[in-house]
Parts: sequence; C-alpha cells; structure tokens
Amino acid sequence: MGDLMTTTAGLWLAVVFSGLYHGLNPGMGWPLAVSSALMQRNPRALYSALLALATGHFLAMLVILLPFSLMNALLAYERPLRIGAGIVVIALGLWLLITRRHPRFLARIPPSRLVLWSFVVAIVHGAALMLVPIYLGLCQVDDLEGGHQAASTLMGRNLMFTLGVAVLHTGAMLVAGGAVAIAVHRWLGLKFLTKSWFDLELLWALSLVLVGAIGVYAAW
Amino acid sequence: MNLRPDPTFHPSPRLAMEAPVETLAYTLMLSPDGSQPDGLAVVNVDPDSADFGKIVHQVIMPNKGDEFHHFGWNACSSALSPLSGHAFLERRYLIIPGIRSSRIYIIDIKGGPTAAKIHKIIEPEEVFAKTGYSRPHTIHCGPEGIYVSTLGGGGPDGTDGPPGIFIMDCETFDIIGKWEIDRGVQDKHYDFWWNLPRDYMVSSEWGLPPQFENGIVAEDLMAGKYGHSIHFWDLSGRKNIQTIDLGENHQMALEIRPAHDPVKEYGFCGVVIDNTNLEGAIFTWWRDKDGVFQAKKTITIPPEAADPDDLPELLKGFSAVPPLVTDIDLSLDDKYLYVACWGTGEMRQYDVSDPMNPVFAGSVHCGGITRKTAHPSGADYKGGPQMVEISRDGKRVYWTNSLYSTWDDQFYPDGVPAAMVKADVGEGTFALDPKFFVEFPDGYRSHQIRLEGGDCSTDSFCYPSA
Repeated sequence: MGDLMTTTAGLWLAVVFSGLYHGLNPGMGWPLAVSSALMQRNPRALYSALLALATGHFLAMLVILLPFSLMNALLAYERPLRIGAGIVVIALGLWLLITRRHPRFLARIPPSRLVLWSFVVAIVHGAALMLVPIYLGLCQVDDLEGGHQAASTLMGRNLMFTLGVAVLHTGAMLVAGGAVAIAVHRWLGLKFLTKSWFDLELLWALSLVLVGAIGVYAAW
Repeated sequence: MNLRPDPTFHPSPRLAMEAPVETLAYTLMLSPDGSQPDGLAVVNVDPDSADFGKIVHQVIMPNKGDEFHHFGWNACSSALSPLSGHAFLERRYLIIPGIRSSRIYIIDIKGGPTAAKIHKIIEPEEVFAKTGYSRPHTIHCGPEGIYVSTLGGGGPDGTDGPPGIFIMDCETFDIIGKWEIDRGVQDKHYDFWWNLPRDYMVSSEWGLPPQFENGIVAEDLMAGKYGHSIHFWDLSGRKNIQTIDLGENHQMALEIRPAHDPVKEYGFCGVVIDNTNLEGAIFTWWRDKDGVFQAKKTITIPPEAADPDDLPELLKGFSAVPPLVTDIDLSLDDKYLYVACWGTGEMRQYDVSDPMNPVFAGSVHCGGITRKTAHPSGADYKGGPQMVEISRDGKRVYWTNSLYSTWDDQFYPDGVPAAMVKADVGEGTFALDPKFFVEFPDGYRSHQIRLEGGDCSTDSFCYPSA
C-alpha cells in the first residue's frame, strides 16, 4: 500500500482505483442515470445523465485540486503542505465517521440539476479531497526525479498533473458508474438497486482517513 | 441504521406490488369525548393466523384528548433516491399526530407485533414554538426528512397566521421548522403529496380550526367558505407555483392522490360536497406539456333522496343524503381509485386506467345514514366507509368508519363505535370479507390504517414501473 503512494505508477493507479470506487458507489449518482432513462423513456437519457454527473464530479476535482496545485508551485513548504492536506483529509473522514449525518441542503437541489448535484456531493462527501494526497504525492515524486525547477515551470507541470488526475479519475468513475447503470437499465432491472446497495459510508469515511494517513506518512 | 436498504423500500410501484403481502395493520383508535387516552391498535391481517382479524397489541398513550386522525412512517421507498442520501433508514417508526392537542407521538414498531412502544413524545408547545403551526395532520417522508401538514396556524384557535407544512429530522425527530418559503395565496391546508423525480408537490384545503373543531359549520358550508382550491408547489424550491380554484361550490377538497408511477404527471383530488346539489366529486389534475397544471371534474356521485324523519338535524332540510366523499385511495398500479362515500354508506371502485374517463367498476354498501347496511358477518356497522387503505398488491381494501369526533355526532347521532372491515378484489369482483370485522375496545372510534411494509398512501417512488 505504501508503494501506491510513493511511486508514479502506484499513484496513477490510485487515481484510477479511486475513480472506479466513486463510480460504483450509488451515492455518487449512477441510479440517477437509470432513473433518467426510465423517466424519459429514452435510453439515450442515460448517457446525458452520466455525462452531467461526470461533469459535476470533474469540476469538483478541479475546484479542490487547483488551489493545492498553486500552493505547491509557489510555496517552498511542500512537506508541511502535504502533511497539512493529509490531516485535512483525515479530519473530514473522522468527522463523517462520527456524525454519520447527511447535509439536508442537498435536498434543496432540484433533481434536474445533475451537474450541480454531482459537484456538491463530490465536495461535501470529500470525494475530491480524497485525491489531494495522491495528487501532491505525484508532484513530489516528479520533483525528486527532476530536481528543482522554476516556479513557472512548476505551475505548468502542476496544471498538467491536475488536469491529468481529474480527467483520469473522472474517466474511471464514468466507466464504472456507466457500466453499472447500463447493466441495470438493460439487463439487471431496478431490483438490483436494492440488492446491491451497501452502506459504504463507514468504508468511505475510513478510506478518507486511510488516504490522508498514507499521504502524511509518505510526506514525513 | 441498516447496512442495506430496508427490504420494504422499493424502487418502483411494480416492485412494491410484488413484495410479500402484509400480515399486520396499524389502526388509530380515538376516544371521541376524550374520556380515555387515544391508542394504536396492531391488527393481525394474516388469513392463515388464528388471530386473523383480531387486535393483537395496543399502544395506549399517556395523555387524553389528542384526537388521532392521520399518521405515517418515518421512512419509505422515497429513501431510495440517491439525491437525498437516506438509503439506509429503517421503516421502523410511526409518526402519530394528535389533531386536537398538537402533540406528536413517535411509535417504535420494531420487534414483532406485540413489541410496539412509544419512542418519543413531542409536546405541543415545541410544535407551536418551532413552526408557528398547530394541529398536525398528514405525514409523508421525503427528500428533506419528514413532512407534516398542519390544519391550524398560531394562537388558541389556530387562526393566527395560515397553516402549512413543517419538517422533522427523519432520524432524531427534532422539529426543524416551516417548510414554505413562498406560500402564495394558500391560507388553508389539509393533504399533500408529490412526484419526487418531477420535483412538484400538490396540496389541498379543508378549513380553519373554528370551521371544524366544534363540528361542521353549516352557514360556512352553504356560503362556500371551506377550502376549494388545490395548490401546486416547486418541491425543492419550497414555492407555490400555481393555485387552481375548483369553484366555490366544491367544498372541502381533501385527499390528494398522485399516480404512483412517477412517469405519469396526473393525480386525483376528492371533493366532499357540492353545496349547490350535494354531489360528491373527484377532480383529475395533470401537468400539460407546457408545464402548466390543469384540473377537471371527472367523477360526480349524486345524493340519495330520503325522508326527513330518517335524517339527522343537519340534513332534514335537504330531504337527501349527500355521498360525502371523505377519502379516496389509488391502487399502486394506478388502475383502481377507491372512493369512500361516508354519507350514503358506499365504497365505490373506479377503473381510472384512463384518468380523464373513470369507469364505475364496483361497489360495496356498508353502513350509511339512511341505508344502515349491515356487515355480511351480521355485525352492526355504524357510520359509513371512511378512511380507506389498499394493500400493495391491490387485492385487499381495508377501511374504518369514523370521520372526526364532532362531525360523527352531527351525521351519525347514534354514535360510530369503531369498526374495521376488508373487501377483497378479484377479476371483476369487489366484495366484503364476511370473516373480517375487527372488534375494538369499548368507547373508541377507528381512523386511519397503515399496513406493514407500506401501503397505497404512504410510499413515494423515485423510479418508474416500466
């Protein structure tokens, strides 16, 4: 597991795995894609809903990763930044673990606004934050390999990494969530929804704690 | 909390119909004069059980004078929407409001038929302070938690401000506050329900507390002062988006029954009485392709002529019995609408496969102001068919006989001792089960029924049946 956070290949794999994991979680929205296709009596609605969900998720990644990307390029304190980010992720995991409550304002988002919903869900459940330690790990591994570079070069590189992480993660999420949604819509039927839906909240909160802890450990 | 969704939550109405049938019913008992505390009766409805048709457990409340009326679950199939993130709630608590006291009881039914017990009591002062509303009534579980409609505003007679809906937390049962952000012209309240994926709510109107608490006010009825509008709301926006006045003669627009399949954008509303001709009526409402709501009267039920000597004081002048459409319920396949005619003592079954052209399909007589039809078991059935509940599979229709304490006394002065009966629905048949007549303890009246695992007026579905 430690390798996953210290080598480039391991880190990119973590980006893909987390994407698959988010995609499979019904709480991140694939049932809404099934519902859209059924409600509009049009299988194509499934794809547009998936696209909307992925767009929201992607934007959430950018919103969370970009500030870290900037800080990482401009500040000399890379280690404290990585440790700080890890601690923030651990703290969110613990908070979700202890409170086990749902933000009620999510219900104020109209069901038709899937991009907004997916964006807010990815933010409040820490889906985007989960990527930060992985992302910062990638930057550091690159630093170690390439030596010190000018801030402007770093910024360009970080931006590329940010986009790369967000695209790869969201792509993996889209593939996993899309596969389940299509399978349920075409073959498995809605009964699969109640059969397969497990309470991932505990696991989710623990994943945050784990990713944060590994991030801190790797930076130490 | 469960690790899996509650097995009684179903994505679509069709899956709910295919689920195991109910073996228990929960029926509210009320003491009409407040001499005894109200209660919840747990009734065995499993035909293979030796206790079939018997009360197997009672939860009697610690207070008197609550007047139980409607009630509902803490969680239902609506929890399966990923939008609100409540998939792992349990269908475990019944939320029972007292419409006279404004007190709310939370009953925990987990652990088998005889284990039901009080979990929490919310005192009226808390309801008043946190919502500004009084006289809580209809319960639905939905995106923001538990929604409770009220019949009164603030102040001793509930006329200080309009009544509305408030929200309760679906896990802690804390009262959160008023639901409406913009109520528009809505100034009376009764029932409400919604279409969750389409994000709209529909609500109805009975009357303000002075118009019902001490009995029906005949002058108000004849002057058209009871509710006669239905309101359409932006559910997540909490805004009234449209109000349709059904016409001042259509007095008391009560039960709102949207099609269960969320793909369909129509529903029904029952009107108790037309003050020009004593007819009962059903309106079909729908959303047209421009997104505008429409409503049209699609069923009328005529009054029955009667000798004034056989009529209670209130009706003598009319020489007729009004049908009094006090409750309606729609089967989960959206095929049959059951219409309780509490005055004439008839339960009507309409085929509403075409919601704009309902077809009168079946009828059962039971009680009635002048007909006084006995139950086929030979038991004396007082009052008329009133609160009706349909099993999820649509094969059994249960009902009770009391409307509201003070109104019972005006229409049925000889009293309305509690009764609960069942009719069976087959291919083209609709008839009372002579073996099912629930005996209640003395002095009680019976009101709303809830069925184990959900029924046709509790669960809201987030996915279509198709």
